[in-house]
Amino acid sequence: MATRRNMLLGGAVLGALAAAGCTSNETPSGNAQTKGPDAGNPNAAPGKKITIGFSAPAADHGWIAAITNNAKAQAATYSDVTFKQVEAGKDAAAQRAVLETLIAEKPDVIVLLPHDGKELNAFGLKAMNAGIPVVNLDRAFPDALAYRCQIKGDNYGMGVAAGHYIGKALKAKNIASPIIGEIAGMDELELTQERSQGFKAALATYGFTVANRRAARFTADTGQKEAQNLLQALPKMDALWNHDDDQGIGVLAAINAASRNEFLMVGGAGSKKAIEDIAGDKSVLKATVTYSPSMASSAISLARLIGQNKGMADLVELQVPKEVILASETITKENAQTYLKLGF
Amino acid sequence: MTALTTTGWWRDESREPLRRNLGLIGVLVALFGIGAIIRPDLYGDPQWVVDNTLVILQQAAAIGVVTVGMTFVIIGGGIDLSVGALIALAGVWSTTVATQSFGAGGMIFTAIIVGVLAGLVNGVLIAYGRLVPFIATLAMLVAARGLAAQISGKQTQVSNDQFINGLASSKVLGIPSLVLVLLAVAGLGWVLLNRTTFGRRTVAIGGNQEAARLAGINVRRHTMLLYALSGLCCGIAAIMLTSLATSSQAAAAELYELDAIAAAIIGGTLLSGGRGTVTGSLIGVVVFATITNLFAIANLPTEVQNMVKGGIIVFAVLVQQLKFKSVKQLLTRT
Repeated sequence: MATRRNMLLGGAVLGALAAAGCTSNETPSGNAQTKGPDAGNPNAAPGKKITIGFSAPAADHGWIAAITNNAKAQAATYSDVTFKQVEAGKDAAAQRAVLETLIAEKPDVIVLLPHDGKELNAFGLKAMNAGIPVVNLDRAFPDALAYRCQIKGDNYGMGVAAGHYIGKALKAKNIASPIIGEIAGMDELELTQERSQGFKAALATYGFTVANRRAARFTADTGQKEAQNLLQALPKMDALWNHDDDQGIGVLAAINAASRNEFLMVGGAGSKKAIEDIAGDKSVLKATVTYSPSMASSAISLARLIGQNKGMADLVELQVPKEVILASETITKENAQTYLKLGF
Repeated sequence: MTALTTTGWWRDESREPLRRNLGLIGVLVALFGIGAIIRPDLYGDPQWVVDNTLVILQQAAAIGVVTVGMTFVIIGGGIDLSVGALIALAGVWSTTVATQSFGAGGMIFTAIIVGVLAGLVNGVLIAYGRLVPFIATLAMLVAARGLAAQISGKQTQVSNDQFINGLASSKVLGIPSLVLVLLAVAGLGWVLLNRTTFGRRTVAIGGNQEAARLAGINVRRHTMLLYALSGLCCGIAAIMLTSLATSSQAAAAELYELDAIAAAIIGGTLLSGGRGTVTGSLIGVVVFATITNLFAIANLPTEVQNMVKGGIIVFAVLVQQLKFKSVKQLLTRT
C-alpha cells in the first residue's frame, strides 16, 4: 500500500517537473508593427531628446497586448525617445492612481489608452493643465480639452466595410434575399454596438438584413459556442461576419467541425492568423476588416512630433492634427501579402 | 426505507432526487416544445433534431465535466470558485509551444497535472491552512488567471495538434467524442459518489463535519482530495475546450464557476453540503445548454437569455423548498 502511494506521489512530482518545463513559449509573435525613420523624411533625423509616458490596460486579449508591444517597439526605433511605461492596473480607478505618479514625473508627452474614456477624462484635463500634451489612444475622451491629439479606430466604419464586402459579393452572385449571420463581440461594449450598427446600415443599402446575430466574448471558446448555435439556427447561410479574429479561431473551428462551406465569412481586426488564412484561401474566411493595433505605433510617432514641436512632413500644417481616425481597410486574398506585416 | 413509509414515491423523502430530475426533464421537454412552436421548419426535420441534440450535448460536455467535480466539492460542504481560472491555466499551459512539442499525450498530461496540482493547492489551503473555501478558491481564481496571462503572453495560443483539434469533431458510433468523455466522467463520478466509501464520506463530511470527524473520518485529507478531484475535472475540461476552440487563452472558460454552481444547484445539490446527485447536476447542465441553444435558434439577444437563466435558478431553488415543506409552511416561515 505504502509503495503504491509512494509511486503515485513520485509520479505526481515527476509530472509537476515535466509540466514546469513546458511554460516556455517561443511563439514567433515578436513581430511588432513599426515604421523606422525614413531617410527622405525631414522628421527622421533625431531631434530634441524627449520622454514619452505610456499607459494601456493590462490585457488578456491579443489586440490590446499588441497595442503595448507596438508602442514599445515603435519608441525603440527612435534614438531621441525615452519610453516610460506605467502599468494601468485592472480598472479605471487603478489606472488613475498610477497616472497621478506619471504626471509628477513630468514626461514631455503622455500616450494613453484609458480603461474608459469617460472615467479618465478628468485625468486628461489635469495633465493638459499641467502642461503635458496627451495623445489619447483609441478609447476617446469626450472632452476636447482633455487631449492634444486623439488617434482611434473606426468601429462604425469597420461594420460598414464588412457590410459592403458582403453586400457586393452577394450581389455579384445574384442572391436576391440572402441569409446573413453575425457573431458580435462583447455586447455590453459601445464599440460592439457601433460595429453592428455600421454593418446593418451598409447591408441596408443593398436591401439586405441580418438573419441571426449572436454575441460572443472576444474569446475563442465563446466564439466556438456561439458559432455552433448559429449554424444550427441557420442550416443554410450565405454570409457571416465575425467581429473579431481572435474569437474567429473558435468560429472557424465550429464551422470546420460542422463541415459547412456554403457561405463566405468576413473577419474583424486583422490578426496575423486571419490574414494568413485569407491568403491561403483554404477556408470560408475570405476577408477581414481591420481595426489595427498599429495605431499604437502611430500614436508614439505623433507623440514624438508633438514633443519636438514638429508637424507631419507631408502636410502643410506646422503642427500635428488634433484628430486621426484610421480607416477600416478590407483585407482580401488579393492584398493579403501587403497586409501580412500589419497582422498581430 | 420504502417499507417504512406507506406514502407514494412522490412524497417519499428518499425519492426526492428522482422527482427533481423528472421535473428538470419536464423543463427540457417544455423547452423543446417552445422551440417547435418558434421554428417548426427546423424542429420538424428529424435529422436536424438529432444533430441539434448532439450539438447541445457537446456544448454541455466541458462544463458538465467541471460540474461533476463541483458537485463533489459542494456535497462535501465546500465551494470551488477557481474552476474557470483553472481551465484557462491548464489550457494555456498545455498549448504552449514547448508543451505542444510533446504531442497530444504531453498536452493532455500537462493539462491534467496542472489541474490536479492547482486543485491540491486549493485543498491544502482549505483543509490544512484553515482558509474558508470561498476565500481560498477566490484567491486561486485571481492568481491562476494571472499566471495564465503571464504564460500565454496575453495571446491566444493556437493548437497545432491534429489529434487534439480533431477530437471535438470526431464521433464514435454517431456520438461526439466529447459527449462520450462527459458520460465516462459522469459514470465514474456516479460510482464514486454512490458505490464507494469515498462517496459516503463526502456526504458525511458535508452533512456534519464534526460528526464525520468523530466517526473516524480523516476530514482534512478527504477535503483536500475533493478539491484535487475538482482540479482533475478542470484539467480534463481544459483539453475538451482546447479541442473545441482549437486554441486556448487566459480569458477562456469565463464564469464557468458560476455556470457549474448554478447547474449543480438546479440539479438539487444543497449549497450547504450533504446532499446532491451527479445525475441531477448533469441534467442541470443540459438544461442551461438547451436554453442557450434555443435562444440562438430564436435569435434572441444574450441579455434576455441571462435574465431567463437567473429566473430559472431562483425558480429551481424555490421549488426545492416547496418539496420539503408545504406551501403554507413556506409562506409563513420566518
